[in-house]
Amino acid sequence: MMTASEIPMAAAGDGLGHATLLSIRNVAKRFGKNVVLRDISLDVAEGEFLTILGESGSGKTTLLRIIAGFETASAGEVWMGDERLDRQPPYRRRVNTVFQHYALFPHLTVEQNVAYGLRVAKRPEAEIASRVKEALDKVKMSAHAKSKPSKISGGQQQRIALARALVNRPRLLLLDEPLSALDANLRRQMQVELKSLQREVGISFIFVTHDQEEAMVMSDRIALLRSGELEQVATPREIYGRPATAYAAQFIGHTNLLKGEVRAGVVRCGVLTWPAALPDGPALFSLRPENIRLAAGTPAGAGMVRVRGKVLHQAFHGATELIRVDCGDGLVLVVRTPGSGGSLDEVELGFSPADAILVRESPERI
Amino acid sequence: MFSRAYKAAVTLPPLVWVTVFLLMPYMLMFCYSFWSVSASQTIEHSWNLANYGQLLRVNVYWQTLLRSMWIAARVTVFSLVLGYPLAYFLSFYAGRKKDLLYQLVIIPLWVSYLVRAYAWKTILGSDGVLNTLLQYVHLTKHPLEFLLYSPFAVVLTLTHIYTPFAFLPIYAALEHIPRNLVEASHDLGATPGQTFWKVIFPLSIPGVVAGATFAFVLSLGDFLAPLLLGGPSGIMISNIVVSLFGAAYNWPLGAAISFCMLLLVVGLLFFSERLEKKWSFS
Repeated sequence: MMTASEIPMAAAGDGLGHATLLSIRNVAKRFGKNVVLRDISLDVAEGEFLTILGESGSGKTTLLRIIAGFETASAGEVWMGDERLDRQPPYRRRVNTVFQHYALFPHLTVEQNVAYGLRVAKRPEAEIASRVKEALDKVKMSAHAKSKPSKISGGQQQRIALARALVNRPRLLLLDEPLSALDANLRRQMQVELKSLQREVGISFIFVTHDQEEAMVMSDRIALLRSGELEQVATPREIYGRPATAYAAQFIGHTNLLKGEVRAGVVRCGVLTWPAALPDGPALFSLRPENIRLAAGTPAGAGMVRVRGKVLHQAFHGATELIRVDCGDGLVLVVRTPGSGGSLDEVELGFSPADAILVRESPERI
Repeated sequence: MFSRAYKAAVTLPPLVWVTVFLLMPYMLMFCYSFWSVSASQTIEHSWNLANYGQLLRVNVYWQTLLRSMWIAARVTVFSLVLGYPLAYFLSFYAGRKKDLLYQLVIIPLWVSYLVRAYAWKTILGSDGVLNTLLQYVHLTKHPLEFLLYSPFAVVLTLTHIYTPFAFLPIYAALEHIPRNLVEASHDLGATPGQTFWKVIFPLSIPGVVAGATFAFVLSLGDFLAPLLLGGPSGIMISNIVVSLFGAAYNWPLGAAISFCMLLLVVGLLFFSERLEKKWSFS
């Protein structure tokens, strides 16, 4: 499929000019005959918030577990600086994990849970006390220091899991769908808190999620994983604005996929045509619904592609409205407008050829 | 929801069962313990505490009770020492062989207790497998006498018989420990040894307590192993109760001893349940 060098990356590292902290090189994982990951190469920069985004079964948790040391890669290497990480047992890696279901020790109090890493490292008691207090303050949980984990709410357990990991001052924090068990409101609040906490402590985060919105809100970069292969690694803006593949375009946000044919510098896609400097042959384009405008009455802009169509369906979403338009010849476009002002029948649509992004096909994989 | 007749039909049988087969026999035993036997070998239904007085006065009774507890305590410790590592290995490291090994631990439970006790007799006797072997390889010149008809033989046999009973609840407790706690511990820098002592062992304590209770209570009340393998020095309290109800024909004294044991066991169960509750989290 796609080799590592083909994957579009934002400069070296994260685009913020920071040094590479973690380097995943050609990692593959098989469980028996079942290939879960193939040839994954990915760099994580110091202080970066990287999200591994993918559907369930895409291998994202397996990749995280390989970094943490709970799984061994079938092939490839994981490096942290000049240290080979994948040969070390999990308890020697300067990596901490926030588990999906928190995994707090039920027989220990909140305070003892947070102190666990420092205790096993045999730090002096005075240091443990002050660092635990600091960590609990940071996640606003000092009041519950003496409680058992079963006595506090899910959101609070989440914070303790975070404090328990951060108190060890890891170089890298791994988060395995840590917000998936929370209800929607708390989830949004925790997204913001987590992001600002990450900025504050300056530790690199690798965050695993299946929720593309969450990935967009929080990440410096998103690594989109599909069936064990990296589909695209880029900043949220880039991955949304310039998706590399049809899958990336569809998985992150809504899009119109246009299957066209290029001939002599002109794309022909059903009733639509527009100029494009592309070699002849079939081509696939992604056109975001918000990049299509209702063009009725407005003067034809330079180079605007225009088409008339019949409105099939209107869905009002408050701030915006989604309209499905049948442009004839089997072409249906979804348009997002800031309110149409009422029900429509026939509309004229327009979009700029620059917004039709050429994407690669995403063939079916097992 | 349900009709009264239905409720009665469901609750009555177990209630009758418990009353007829548990409560009434216990009550009867309790009454017997205050009665006495006349010179003409009939039960006299006069109420007094003479049996309990005798229990305290006559050394052989309370000494045998203490020895029985000492034997049961040793059996408990050995069962735990054997059962825990086995359960730990099976739960954490056996992988695909888990089910097979589990069955292998359980299968001896299907073999009759008597067969297993007799097997030890064959192994430990003067002409037994062990003594023959020891003499054959010239480690000993004469058969070792302490092997059979001794408290040693009783402890060994009871340990063999009750180790699966200690193993089962420990195994169940270990199986219930979420594996992500073990991963979390490693993730936080704890070595496998630290993880065992700080996470796995504390969370398995309810199983250890249950297993210890099984081993102790079952071996405290055992009378076949001491009868077959104990000899005069390996007599346990149940053997005395059996002979008091049988040859000696002193049911009242037998009932008094039984009642004391019942109190001891109930107290123990109560205590172990408290302990288990204190150490269970879920």
